[in-house]
Amino acid sequence: MLGEPRDGRIVVVGASLAGLRAAETLRAEGFTGSLTLIGEETHPPYDRPPLSKQVLLGKVPADRTGLPQRRRLDADWKLGVRAGGLDPVGKRVLLDDGADVPFDRLLIATGTRARPWPHPDEAAMDGVFTLRTSGDAAALAARLAAGPRRVLVVGAGFTGSEIASACRERGLDVTVAERGPAPLVGALGGTLGELAAKLQRAHGVDLRCGVTVTALEGDGRLTGAQFSDGTRIDADIAVIALGAVRNTEWLAESGLAAGPRGVTCDAGCRAFDMYGIVTDDIFAAGDVARFPHPLFEYQLLSLEHWGNAVAQAEVAAHNMISTGPRRRPHLTVPAFWSSQFGLNIKSVGVPTFSDQVVIAQGSLKDARLVAVYGYRGRVTAAVSVNQARSLEYYRHLIETAAPFPPAPGAADQRESPVPVPSDVPDPKLLSHGPTVALTGHLPDRRLTVVQPAR
Amino acid sequence: MHIVVDLNRCQGYAQCAFLAPGVFTMHGEESLLYTPVAPEDQRARVRRAVAACPVQAILVGEEAGAGAR
Ligand SMILES: Cc1cc2nc3c(=O)[nH]c(=O)nc-3n(C[C@H](O)[C@H](O)[C@H](O)COP(=O)(O)OP(=O)(O)OC[C@H]3O[C@@H](n4cnc5c(N)ncnc54)[C@H](O)[C@@H]3O)c2cc1C
Ligand code: SF4
Repeated sequence: MLGEPRDGRIVVVGASLAGLRAAETLRAEGFTGSLTLIGEETHPPYDRPPLSKQVLLGKVPADRTGLPQRRRLDADWKLGVRAGGLDPVGKRVLLDDGADVPFDRLLIATGTRARPWPHPDEAAMDGVFTLRTSGDAAALAARLAAGPRRVLVVGAGFTGSEIASACRERGLDVTVAERGPAPLVGALGGTLGELAAKLQRAHGVDLRCGVTVTALEGDGRLTGAQFSDGTRIDADIAVIALGAVRNTEWLAESGLAAGPRGVTCDAGCRAFDMYGIVTDDIFAAGDVARFPHPLFEYQLLSLEHWGNAVAQAEVAAHNMISTGPRRRPHLTVPAFWSSQFGLNIKSVGVPTFSDQVVIAQGSLKDARLVAVYGYRGRVTAAVSVNQARSLEYYRHLIETAAPFPPAPGAADQRESPVPVPSDVPDPKLLSHGPTVALTGHLPDRRLTVVQPAR
Repeated sequence: MHIVVDLNRCQGYAQCAFLAPGVFTMHGEESLLYTPVAPEDQRARVRRAVAACPVQAILVGEEAGAGAR
């Protein structure tokens, strides 16, 4: 690497959670060079999890979730401008407004966007929404406050389920359509999926699983929807919660291993090129990154978790200004939370990396429990429902590859001492994209077929 | 004053909701909901909540990139 690692020009593309935390870490660890943050959104970095919770409940305005900074950054912010390309040889980021920004080291933190409804005419109708940005949340929250007659949520992953929960809490009628067998089943498997289905119905959600929405109806303004089972409903709002798309298009000509699964990088956050050779000056972090994790057989993980964005950004930043043996691996055990239908759901590890699950504490009946997941006889994940304080213990079991099923907890009675299949469906069966994807071992499929981008 | 709570770390101990109820509230038994931008008159209370949180899950600070708009 040229020059002093603590000096020079660092450019961060993507000015949200990962970009911000990386920038702070760079300064905290003594980077004195020039720091530029480029972000497509006009807002300074803000927090997204409240958008489907506090904001849709009407408790917090959508433009009031700005993130606090940990320290002064002394950075050049370029907001409201998209990076359209990357020249890795000339080491420049090419902006859509025609300017280019030279760098010595680059961090890619462009995250994801909402997967749009596949039919553009229907998606353009008044009343059809997605939820990813504060603008999306502002528009949707305003419409919920106006008291629609029925809301249709398409896709029962975490975001879709949280939206349905907020609607019910506001007293709105809501229909949820999910192609898979139950809500959350893609992330949590069959046992907790069944619990989620029961909960939604108990809270008055018109939950329809095993169906797809075949058409959104309306003439400029949404009036209803048709389902694959031949039924239809009237609805004046539809929220499309089909998962996320990684923002990698701008890297199509860059020669990096960047594609629909994300930007592949090593455990030190250094991006791979499409031949699987690691770069030394281009790093990736957050929802856009895809990285190998030793606890999950070094498979490449794509995570859409707040905690991962923070932890990976810190490691990436550290490694951007450290050489050789001083670099650190990103080994954090994946973790996330969700809040819906009055329940606090928290997860550690990778529940989809499992063949069996056991309710280790509490019970499904009381909706207070810890489900522990195992793969080939070792603990790989745990999910708590209103039992968060137990989770730390299981995180330790995951980190130490403890045997599955785990020894019984001292205090608590087990509902079913026998592990059952974890029933994690093929993501293709789900309406929504998974928020955790195990994507194998290859940096990029283009390794074998190198073709110019269209 | 801007706030973010690391809800992976938060254990739902509710000290914050006790000390600054205008900013932090429990939603259901275990979920914490908070106001990411605290009103000026809540500053002192929020600082007490930050100090009292047993797992140091609450981060407060100036808005990031405030001058960048
Ligand atoms: C409604 C909602 C609820 C959520 N709830 C939870 C939760 O409860 N728990 C949890 O763990 N996680 C949750 N998440 C996920 C969490 O918010 C993300 O993991 C986190 O935002 C990832 O941060 P990031 O910086 O990697 O990416 P992002 O936040 O996606 O930021 C990427 C930024 O890059 C910008 N960008 C993209 N392309 C370009 C380009 N070419 N040039 C310039 N800028 C570009 C984008 O505009 C965006 O601002 C939720 C997400 C949403 C949307
Ligand atoms: S005091 Fe800390 S642990 Fe307790 S609810 Fe508040 S943030 Fe969570």
